[in-house]
Amino acid sequence: MQMSATQPSGEIAYNSPMKILVIEDDREAADYLQKAFAEAGHTAHVAGDGETGFALADAGDYDVMVIDRMMPRRDGLSVIAGLRSRGNTTPVLILSALGEVDDRVTGLRAGGDDYLTKPYAFSELLARVEVLNRRASAKEAETVYRVGDLELDRLSHSVRRASREITLQPREFRLLEYLMRHAGQVVTRTMLLENVWDYHFDPQTNVIDVHVSRLRGKIEKGFDKPILHTVRGAGYMLKSG
Amino acid sequence: MALSVPAIMKTTAARLSALYFLLFALCAVALVFYMTSLSARMLTAQTQETINDEVLGLARAYQRGGLPVLVRVVEARSRQPGANLYLIADANGQILTGNVQSLEPGVLETEGWTSSPFSYQRFGEGELERLRNLPAEQGTTTQSEQNDAQAQGEKGHNAIALVLRLPNQMIMLVGRDLGEPERFRAVIRRALMLALGMMGLGGLLIWFFVGRAALKRIDSVSEASRRIMGGDLSGRLPVTGVGDEFDRLSENLNAMLARIATLNEGLKQVSDNIAHDLKTPLTRLRNRAEATLSGKQKPTDYRQALEGTIAESDQLIKTFNAILMISRLEAGYSSENTNRVDLAEAVRDVVELYEPVAEEAGVSLEADAHEAVSVNGNRELIGQALSNIVDNAIKYSTGANAQPAVRVTLERTGADVRLSVADNGHGIPDDGDRARATERFVRLEKSRSQPGSGLGLSLAKAVMTFHNGRLELLPGNPGLSVVMSFPVREDH
Repeated sequence: MQMSATQPSGEIAYNSPMKILVIEDDREAADYLQKAFAEAGHTAHVAGDGETGFALADAGDYDVMVIDRMMPRRDGLSVIAGLRSRGNTTPVLILSALGEVDDRVTGLRAGGDDYLTKPYAFSELLARVEVLNRRASAKEAETVYRVGDLELDRLSHSVRRASREITLQPREFRLLEYLMRHAGQVVTRTMLLENVWDYHFDPQTNVIDVHVSRLRGKIEKGFDKPILHTVRGAGYMLKSG
Repeated sequence: MALSVPAIMKTTAARLSALYFLLFALCAVALVFYMTSLSARMLTAQTQETINDEVLGLARAYQRGGLPVLVRVVEARSRQPGANLYLIADANGQILTGNVQSLEPGVLETEGWTSSPFSYQRFGEGELERLRNLPAEQGTTTQSEQNDAQAQGEKGHNAIALVLRLPNQMIMLVGRDLGEPERFRAVIRRALMLALGMMGLGGLLIWFFVGRAALKRIDSVSEASRRIMGGDLSGRLPVTGVGDEFDRLSENLNAMLARIATLNEGLKQVSDNIAHDLKTPLTRLRNRAEATLSGKQKPTDYRQALEGTIAESDQLIKTFNAILMISRLEAGYSSENTNRVDLAEAVRDVVELYEPVAEEAGVSLEADAHEAVSVNGNRELIGQALSNIVDNAIKYSTGANAQPAVRVTLERTGADVRLSVADNGHGIPDDGDRARATERFVRLEKSRSQPGSGLGLSLAKAVMTFHNGRLELLPGNPGLSVVMSFPVREDH
């Protein structure tokens, strides 16, 4: 089902193709990733161990790297630390079987930008990788986000659509802010829970869906065009038209 | 106890006994040496004083009647039993009178105190010695006395003396035999030997009793640990109740064994549960795939089956993660990631997270957390535990009441911070059921219709254990009240 959301056809328009480096010692998993990234319109190179990966990363110019944490010859964290010490700032997503709070913190501290625990859905990985890439040209500095006729002012904390003021609760504002920062990209439920609520666990009930549909009610009700789309099996995307 | 000598020397007790024995012996030798030299000096001083008195008396006699009186007095005193040594000689050292028959040569040549003890012989002593030595063979004297006597017989007696020159150039010697201090020294020597012997015996006895007792205790501990290593994990080390070091050691080891047993039990339970609760969905997964493959299917059916498979495996992964997390928390997993966690904020966050869900379910969700209370802990874990509990409360509050409500209250009660989630649903009326509700995979009859893995409360309980707190399920009025109690730790 996840694959359906990642195929280039259909409602989702994909971002500019990325050059991705996958450092993963599990041959089968790496091949699967390479194929899946290709289907999503990206180019992926694969390195089977830490040393090769380090050499490739150091030489090549990648948009995003996906690095497995536990590998022969050189472990993922050491590869990342090595790259960072050489001034390489390419965004890194760490893949790991270790998923405790401490493991995540260690991974991010070593220089990783995001952390995904195995087993994962490819849709989740793809969404995160695309967000990481976009972060290279981050919108952090912009004070006003615009998507179609929707406008969010980060300084005055005001939201308007087609010049009509929309009142949001503080959390709804942060939710919309995150969606707008990554407009045109798939944002998963876990990404929302992590970035808007700062929680890294799976709630028993899918609370995020209810929050999103509430927000949707506020920003779409009374307007003819939908702007907050549900991407089946993956998450949400804010996109005009 | 059959121990070869090297084995004995390997025991701590034997080594300690030997060391103590050596130390005591050194002390004793030093003490005896000091005592003998001190008392010898005192005896010499006393002897010199006696001689001085004697000389003063003789001087008075000489003043009274000159040489003849002196000679008379000397002769009279010489004959008294146990008398001092008296000798008057002419200027050439020729003995004129007194009780000394012969002297070490040179003694009379310098005036004043003799610089060192000298040997001499009394009148008539040669024969006396011989007479004394004969019956001595029959054992009336001790061996050592005999040796002393023999040694003295060969060298003569030792004495110290004051040598004076009389106004008429004659020489007078007044001395005293040193036999007494020498006998005293012999007594001390014997005492020392006896003391050393007794110390040796004492050391041996101490080793025998103390060392053997310690060995016995250690052997029983070794024996017990061998039994435990052999697989009897319920076995414990013996504790005598004396409260000594061995008892403390045994108690600590027992506490460790209890901890290991708990962990082991937990591990066993986890594997049992994994076997039971993961096998069922895995079988379902496999059956579905098999059913899809057999028989003719439309492409949409395949898609549907695959989607179902993914959904099911996602659920399996969730369950698996929850089991792992509970096990790690219960196994005393220690996190470096503990900080001050603002509980009021945690309550606000979780309530805010669940508020839309509650509203959709028609449940009123309220928070009463005004007091700023913080505990030492992990925000993520506390948030997860609380959201599991709130999730449950929302699910089970419906159906019993026209106006289902869930209330989250944060309060400080004495030494605890209580975070309670109360609903007004059916609750869990049975005490036993309530107690079982936090066990892994336990899904009470009434809840089987609800979705869930049966791990939510177990995880919350594990999180509370991790925070040194408690999770309690109390009957509400109506409904159920789940209370998380955190111990208050002031800032450290």
